[in-house]
Amino acid sequence: MRKTLVALFTIASALSLLATPLLAHHANAVFDVGKRVTVKGTVTEWFWANPHCLLRFDVTDNNGQVVHWIAETQAPPNMIPFGWTKQSFTAGDEVTITLEPVKNGSPLGRILQARLPDGKTLVAGAAPVAAGAAGAPETGR
Amino acid sequence: MAKRVVVQAIAAIALVTLLSPVTRGQQGFRRQLGAVYDVDFEGKKSGPAPRRSVSGTWEFAKGGAEGIQADGAKAMPSDGKPEHELPFTPEGRKAFMAHKPTYGFTQVPSALTNDPMPGCDPQGLPRIVLHNAHTEQIIQTPNQVVILYQFNKKWRVIWTDGRALPRDPEQPAWAIKDAPPPESRWWGYSVGRWVDDYTFVAESNGFDDRTWLDNAGRPHSDAMRVVETYHRVDADHLEKTITIDDPKYYTRPWVALDKLPYRLQSPSLEIPEQECVPSETAKYDRLFANPAAGVTP
Repeated sequence: MRKTLVALFTIASALSLLATPLLAHHANAVFDVGKRVTVKGTVTEWFWANPHCLLRFDVTDNNGQVVHWIAETQAPPNMIPFGWTKQSFTAGDEVTITLEPVKNGSPLGRILQARLPDGKTLVAGAAPVAAGAAGAPETGR
Repeated sequence: MAKRVVVQAIAAIALVTLLSPVTRGQQGFRRQLGAVYDVDFEGKKSGPAPRRSVSGTWEFAKGGAEGIQADGAKAMPSDGKPEHELPFTPEGRKAFMAHKPTYGFTQVPSALTNDPMPGCDPQGLPRIVLHNAHTEQIIQTPNQVVILYQFNKKWRVIWTDGRALPRDPEQPAWAIKDAPPPESRWWGYSVGRWVDDYTFVAESNGFDDRTWLDNAGRPHSDAMRVVETYHRVDADHLEKTITIDDPKYYTRPWVALDKLPYRLQSPSLEIPEQECVPSETAKYDRLFANPAAGVTP
């Protein structure tokens, strides 16, 4: 009985995950929608701005090479309700970032969640929101 | 026993589905700091609507993300579905195809867009409410309805002193003889009236045709007339409908926003600052948008 429930729960979870790429069609054309990448690195800059905030961080790969990543979030007014602030990151912070990368292989992406040095996790809302201009956007860009 | 398993399985699936951010809505439920939503008042009935009043601070009744219309006007998104195909004239279709939006059915990467807005050109009416609509504050004076918009910190005036909408925006009826005709406007020229005690209708024309209607690149000509209907449902709710009437670009008027419900907020709710900043946009393009699209400026 319990096994059956666990199995059904797993199936349901899997279905929910599979549904994501189909429904997240708000994506900007450059993103590899549905793909997830998790990287650990050191923050070099947190740019709290419109149309999107940018987090720059350095990741050292297995060969000791440093890759400079840049990941965006939505504009500040759309991040504040989820607990993000201008002080969320400081240069030197060790962070673990889960992001949706761009299609062309550059070290660029859209942040889904960020684990901070104190173990706290910031989540970037449910699905990508539109960019607009407040800068430009929450939709669109 | 079998029945119980099925019931529990359905419950489990329902739970997972509810917990899934995707099924909670495209953008998820978002609470503007300090704002209240219908979900906070379940089972409570609102009082009667006040007569001839739209004043107050208004936020979307069903959640802060309800106004985000990434793929175009909420009632007619650019998603390729036949029922959302707009009634373009040949000239209108040509204008639409010349636009390169970053969202919707004809989207391109950010770096390749010709959307005027990311560079901080004015969004104008009606895009202010058909793209990234946010909290609004409406102020009624004896001769005006003034709307303050969060997005890009914009405001506009709707005249309620009985003046007519200019028949020809280039030659307004009230213009002083020999005065120079007004230029076309990003926000058009707006007049409004109460059609009954609970319904305020604003009409606007005289638009600059450089603005887009929405984030999906829908165009409008300088002949566009925008009709906004504000219906005060009860003490706490206001519904907004927007109709686009542009005979040059569309064969018939069409509804872009259909009774979108807003909820009245505390008079002390602060509208967050959200500005378009050209220098920040330039940095975003240089660091992110251009390399993401493989574009070397």
